[in-house]
Amino acid sequence: MKLVVVGHGMVGQRLLESLAARAATRDWEITVLAEETRRAYDRVRLSAYFDGVSAEELSYDVPAGVDLRLGEPALAIDPGSRKVTTAREMLTYDALVLATGSYPFVPPVEGADRPGVFVYRTLDDLERIREYAAGKRVGAVIGGGLLGLEAANALRLLGLATHVVEFAPRLMPLQVDEAGGAVLKQYVEELGVVTHLGAATTAIRGERPGSPANGLVLSTGAWVPADIVVIAAGVRPRDDLARGAGLPVGARGGVIVDDGCRTADPAVYAIGEVAEIGGRCYGLVAPGYAMAEVVADRLLGGAATFPGADTSTKLKLLGVDVASFGDALTPDKAATDRLDVVYLDPANKVYAKLVLSDDARTLLGGVLVGDASAYPTLRASLGGELPAAPLTLLAPAGEQADISLPGTAQVCTCNAVTKDQVLGAIAEGCCDVPAIKSCTRAGTSCGSCVPLLKQLLAEAGVVADKSLCEHFSYSRAELFDIVKVRGLRTFSQVITEHGTGGRGCDICKPVVASILASLHNEYILDGEQAALQDTNDHFLANMQRNGTYSVVPRIPGGEITPEKLIAIGEVARDFDLYTKITGGQRIDLFGARVEQLPQIWQRLIDAGFESGHAYGKALRTIKSCVGSTWCRYGVQDSVGLAIALELRYRGLRAPHKIKSAVSGCARECAEAKGKDFGIIATEAGWNLYVGGNGGFRPRHADLLASDLTTEELIRYVDRFLMFYIRTADRLQRTSAWIEAVGLDYVREVIVADSLGIAGELDAMMAQHIGSYHDEWKATLDDPVRLSRFVSFVNAPETPDPTIQFTRERGQIVPLQIGTVTPTGSVT
Amino acid sequence: MAMKWETVCPYGRLETERGIAALIGRETQVALFRLFDGAVHAIGNVDPITGAAVLSRGIVGTRGAAPTVASPLYKEVYDLRTGECLDKPGVAVPVYPVRVRDGLVEVGVG
Repeated sequence: MKLVVVGHGMVGQRLLESLAARAATRDWEITVLAEETRRAYDRVRLSAYFDGVSAEELSYDVPAGVDLRLGEPALAIDPGSRKVTTAREMLTYDALVLATGSYPFVPPVEGADRPGVFVYRTLDDLERIREYAAGKRVGAVIGGGLLGLEAANALRLLGLATHVVEFAPRLMPLQVDEAGGAVLKQYVEELGVVTHLGAATTAIRGERPGSPANGLVLSTGAWVPADIVVIAAGVRPRDDLARGAGLPVGARGGVIVDDGCRTADPAVYAIGEVAEIGGRCYGLVAPGYAMAEVVADRLLGGAATFPGADTSTKLKLLGVDVASFGDALTPDKAATDRLDVVYLDPANKVYAKLVLSDDARTLLGGVLVGDASAYPTLRASLGGELPAAPLTLLAPAGEQADISLPGTAQVCTCNAVTKDQVLGAIAEGCCDVPAIKSCTRAGTSCGSCVPLLKQLLAEAGVVADKSLCEHFSYSRAELFDIVKVRGLRTFSQVITEHGTGGRGCDICKPVVASILASLHNEYILDGEQAALQDTNDHFLANMQRNGTYSVVPRIPGGEITPEKLIAIGEVARDFDLYTKITGGQRIDLFGARVEQLPQIWQRLIDAGFESGHAYGKALRTIKSCVGSTWCRYGVQDSVGLAIALELRYRGLRAPHKIKSAVSGCARECAEAKGKDFGIIATEAGWNLYVGGNGGFRPRHADLLASDLTTEELIRYVDRFLMFYIRTADRLQRTSAWIEAVGLDYVREVIVADSLGIAGELDAMMAQHIGSYHDEWKATLDDPVRLSRFVSFVNAPETPDPTIQFTRERGQIVPLQIGTVTPTGSVT
Repeated sequence: MAMKWETVCPYGRLETERGIAALIGRETQVALFRLFDGAVHAIGNVDPITGAAVLSRGIVGTRGAAPTVASPLYKEVYDLRTGECLDKPGVAVPVYPVRVRDGLVEVGVG
């Protein structure tokens, strides 16, 4: 049977996923006709595109077996003969689903057709906005609802001074009430966005008719200058195909469907923003998803009906948490059968309102602004008995130990999963959030219920297995505290007193080695510690695929004198090493045999170099741009700071490698936002970013604190690093660690000292700095340590005969001995 | 033919729970390991997965009751008693007889 889906937005995609999950691709041959030239993407997070999130990351994967035709929109439908026409061909169908979404509504304002006026709906719109915004200074958004604030965020991220014009007397009039709107306005204005409320736009002006927009005239008489204008005044259903096919549409647009999402023609369904169901069109994704589920069921012979729209929303707009659920707004006007419980803290900009039934027992709705952490519990309690006193409910999730939801409460409203279903999954063996997600689909859509899922796991007594390996039933962080508190100094002590038997392995041994190094910073290869190190740490060099090593001397901040550069060149030439510039602004010398390492390092140390710790889970490089010393744009001395920091933290061992960078101005040439900690100069000092990463899963660093003095900056970096070292898991980079523990928590600990451990972290760093020594110098100074660097115990000078090189572009490269693909599997 | 024992180094040259390579004849590479209890094991030094002669530089440990070494390249674990790879069935390295006489480590060849 043939299914044609018209439109590939979030709701169309959800239908495809739901069909694939039910193995419907066996019965249905699915064709998707899409107008846009890209796959469905997360439209809810559109402004993230200007915050460094790529189109690819926003896009969804299409299930296998679906014929997705991008850029081939349906032009007409003929329900009589069950045919749909595109520019290329005519397709027949047994069932057709309209998921064409909406188009942006452009109010009939004079000048709306001027150049420089845009709508905000698609990635293509965003690209056009970005292109036009280059070099512009001021932007205005018409519309202060959800979409308008998203658009305002986009303009801000493009570096424009931003105005928002809203006709209603408050921002987000459909989601928040007056008091909530006032708190929201406070946040938004603190970000520098100017709001004009209770004002209609009467004209978009330019210098001459047809010339680019240069500002707005408001109904209040005010003039808002704007080089670019974005209209975000709502959407209208794209129901033209249905109208053309003679299918009935609602008075305000939208294809009329029954509670099975069927149009007047039983073979044609409509879902999402294009559908009018129960007399309404919904511009939110959750009701659209519910409709997609209904149609997926119906296509497989089921009889599912639309469960009613959940218009609850929780979002982060311009960094502010806003949530609204249930019937939150109607009781504004003197209603006698409802009670409002209102919590307002203007100093901390937190507002919450719960709407209760008149006996104060049933939760009917609510609004949260500034702190939406109570949202998952509240949403799950909607329509039922209040599980706790109202003010207790407003406490952040996780601090609500005494709240017990009824079993029938929907924990995940996006996917209609109840508490009982989650508990059932736990009883059947799901022991972590990912397992619950794949088993019940709870938490797979908006994700706001994940804290609740964790709480239910904890309540069910499920303890996540954090065992490091078969030898320790502790996590790295737990082991760190044990070693620190008990003052243990050797692996034998640790495994005898706290292990589960055995003599360790390649997982726990380097972990204990790293913990001992972080705590004591002693030479890592003396006594028993030598046996714990991975080969890279053991030989203080990086093993490459043919068993040779690479050597990286430290070049702090990437600054190097010509003499030292020549010295590196001479060493590389004399030992015939393959030479390459690294991404961290230093130089990597490849192809050294183990017995050559001491001779190479003797030469490097004589020339003034020291270990670069490229072989360790340790601080690697702090790269820098040239900064204010030379650059005409630089505002601070980025090179000087990078060198000072690299010398401060050199040799610091950690759960994983640590990279950093310092940029001398906002142009960010050092790419600091891709680093574990990155520093960007401002006119007033330094901005500190943490948790960035390149690599497999790139992540932009989060702003931890801004406009710091150098002294403050160093204090925060000290604490950040030590807190990470103390609490992160094995091989957990700062990016994953920040996501696990939360940026706000980290900020509280290191800036406000919420745990009272800042002094201890400072002391740990002072101990590290005071005890730093160059490992390579310490090795060369000691004949016993040197005796490890032999090719063979019985032939110390004989080179390993399996190491062979050929030459490529004038340098040595390994002659391939094995047949290994980069993933490590044998071909 | 009777086994020939080749002396490679003093026992004291072996570090506890670490390996070191020895060259037997012109090209046979043996990786020697001294365990926590003092026992010595010898297996082939060449990592069968990559062809690189590096097993002597792996981390020594245990898996269950088996004394093991993990290849430093892609971390497959080998049983030091049998040479079998515990992570990839069917992969193995040679095992050599080894003994300590008069404070010297000897490897059996031939």
